[in-house]
Amino acid sequence: MNYEKEEFFAPGHGLCAGCAAPIIVRWILKLAGPNTIVTNATGCLEVATTAYPRTSWRVPWIHVAFENAAAVASGIDAALKAKGEKVNIIAFGGDGGTVDIGMQALSGMVERGHNVLYVLYDNEAYMNTGIQRSGATPWGAWTTTSKVGSANPIGKLRPKKPIAKIIAAHDAPYVATANPAFFNDFKKKVKKALSIEGPKFLHVLSSCTTGWRHDPSKTIEILRLATETGLFPLYEIENGDFENMRITYKPKKFKPVEEYLKPQGRFRHLFKNPEYIKKLQKDVDEWWAKYGKYYRP
Amino acid sequence: MKVMIRGNESIAYAFKLARVQVVPAYPITPSTLVPEKISELIANGEMKAEFVPVESEHSAMSAAIGASAKGVRVGTATASQGLALMHEVLFIASGMRLPIVMGIGNRALSAPINIWCDHQDMMSQRDTGWMQFYAESNQEGLDLGIMAFKIAEDERVLLPAMVGIDAFVLTHTVEPVELPEQKDVDDFLGEFVPHYVTLDPQNPATLGSFGFPEHFMEFKYGQWIAMERAKKVIDEVFEEFEERFGRKYMKVYPEFVEDAEIILVTMGSMTSTTREFVRRLREQGKKVGLVKLTVFRPFPKEELREILKNAKVVAVVERNISFGFGGAVYAELSSTFSRMKEKPKIVDFIVGLGGRDITFNTLNSVVEIAEKAMHEEVDEVNWIDVNKEAVLKAEGLL
Repeated sequence: MNYEKEEFFAPGHGLCAGCAAPIIVRWILKLAGPNTIVTNATGCLEVATTAYPRTSWRVPWIHVAFENAAAVASGIDAALKAKGEKVNIIAFGGDGGTVDIGMQALSGMVERGHNVLYVLYDNEAYMNTGIQRSGATPWGAWTTTSKVGSANPIGKLRPKKPIAKIIAAHDAPYVATANPAFFNDFKKKVKKALSIEGPKFLHVLSSCTTGWRHDPSKTIEILRLATETGLFPLYEIENGDFENMRITYKPKKFKPVEEYLKPQGRFRHLFKNPEYIKKLQKDVDEWWAKYGKYYRP
Repeated sequence: MKVMIRGNESIAYAFKLARVQVVPAYPITPSTLVPEKISELIANGEMKAEFVPVESEHSAMSAAIGASAKGVRVGTATASQGLALMHEVLFIASGMRLPIVMGIGNRALSAPINIWCDHQDMMSQRDTGWMQFYAESNQEGLDLGIMAFKIAEDERVLLPAMVGIDAFVLTHTVEPVELPEQKDVDDFLGEFVPHYVTLDPQNPATLGSFGFPEHFMEFKYGQWIAMERAKKVIDEVFEEFEERFGRKYMKVYPEFVEDAEIILVTMGSMTSTTREFVRRLREQGKKVGLVKLTVFRPFPKEELREILKNAKVVAVVERNISFGFGGAVYAELSSTFSRMKEKPKIVDFIVGLGGRDITFNTLNSVVEIAEKAMHEEVDEVNWIDVNKEAVLKAEGLL
């Protein structure tokens, strides 16, 4: 069945104008259809879509706590098996709920092989509590707990946790990075993930207008630049087979990282020192020098 | 059928007989044998259930919530640190009104790390909105385990329940247990029907939504009402169980109390030792009675008031401590009597923490102080069988 014309994520929610999360969720639900159960980690998505007694969810939905969406999904999976029912289970978590506090539950869920699609919508900080740095915040980003000042002109001093690689290293059947600005690629990956039995992990970049400090009308443009600059590469890894990792998109001509950094307030301070921009450009160039060979369109 | 089983097996057999469909569990001493036994029963084809070998107790309870919300019967087991790790999610299970049943191998909490019996683990969860039952024997562990499902799933209740079995004294001790027939348990429990909204794609619902101040208190009041209503449901279920299986349960189980001047209040396995001790005192003509508290949540205030009101001294013998006040049972019992004009003197005795044996000597010390309390003032909170001198020296007070 094709449910692309139907809506399972209703409007009227309280997510910010320009937030990428509802775009991601709305389309994943359209692709999954009504035979779906969603479990959601605590975070913006949960808070802004389920203010009792209203809800944006037209599929069964459950929220339990911050760190356990993957464990709740595991329980639902066990119950479905006990009842002999076939239903898609989709877990949504932000980066805090996935790469930090929810990491253990996610690792357990993947190791046990539950039939769940876990979707990380990664806005690169704890946005719901007010832009605190997470394990997914990139090097050089200002947040309210990686502040920029005379003693620290950089902001976050550590790189982003490579969550997709970590989950792929569990030999999960399917791991992919995706970007809603590359819509066909995103759709293909969601469909593919849903067609595979076992644990699937989608790492989707999701811009946050308030945390990234960008114009709410520029969401898709900025997300596109994340991939066009090479900073957020799109790839998939099946069954932990890193040798056969597949980069699904490679820009014909990479844009300089400045183009992605410039429109975002969280990186403004980096432009005071050209070395910082150079460092980020170098990181990107090195990544592509190492992994570029895996581009297999 | 009479079987010789350990307390942990009582919990596992209760789950089997209740036809539990999902068991998410994580190993922890002394309750590890519960998931082991479940795994064995499933592997042998004796039990049909999904066992989820989760990576932590937090995830065990989270998975239990997910499965229960999908509309299946769920059981799990843990103890001590594991129960403490679950703390956050326990509130959510009860707040979402999911009738999950959990066996607890009552064990001390660190530090110092200790694997033996006391009731600190469950007592520390008393405000999480779970019903709490304490078993005296392996038979009680099994029976309460089965009954807990019927009580929890009643549509007047819909609250999760814990059944405590004392670490090692019960969990690892083999006792003869009357194992009911499957058919009889099926008749008693009936087929599992979730009397709550489940995760059903045919009828999509949002569970665990965001409650603003204008709604939050009504949810909490609902839990309060459910816990109050559980009191009657527990009585009904206990009565029906007695009719069907011949074993009597009461929230508050009194023995030798009619003319008793001193009544000892106990919980769990220490009750057996205390019963024999009290029986001997009775032979000596001492007017001492015993009350076993089987249900701690909901707290059976009404029964306790009725049974204890004529005693001169109530000695609360308990295996937990709330630092800065006293034992939890003492605190609750004292406030239970706060509105009564005529009331017994209630004295607290902290015993058997971290598996220290509760012997006749322990109970002798308790009764000595209780007898003294009939005529003079005694300490509110009395630590029994403790090397106080060593501690006072270490604290620089001696």
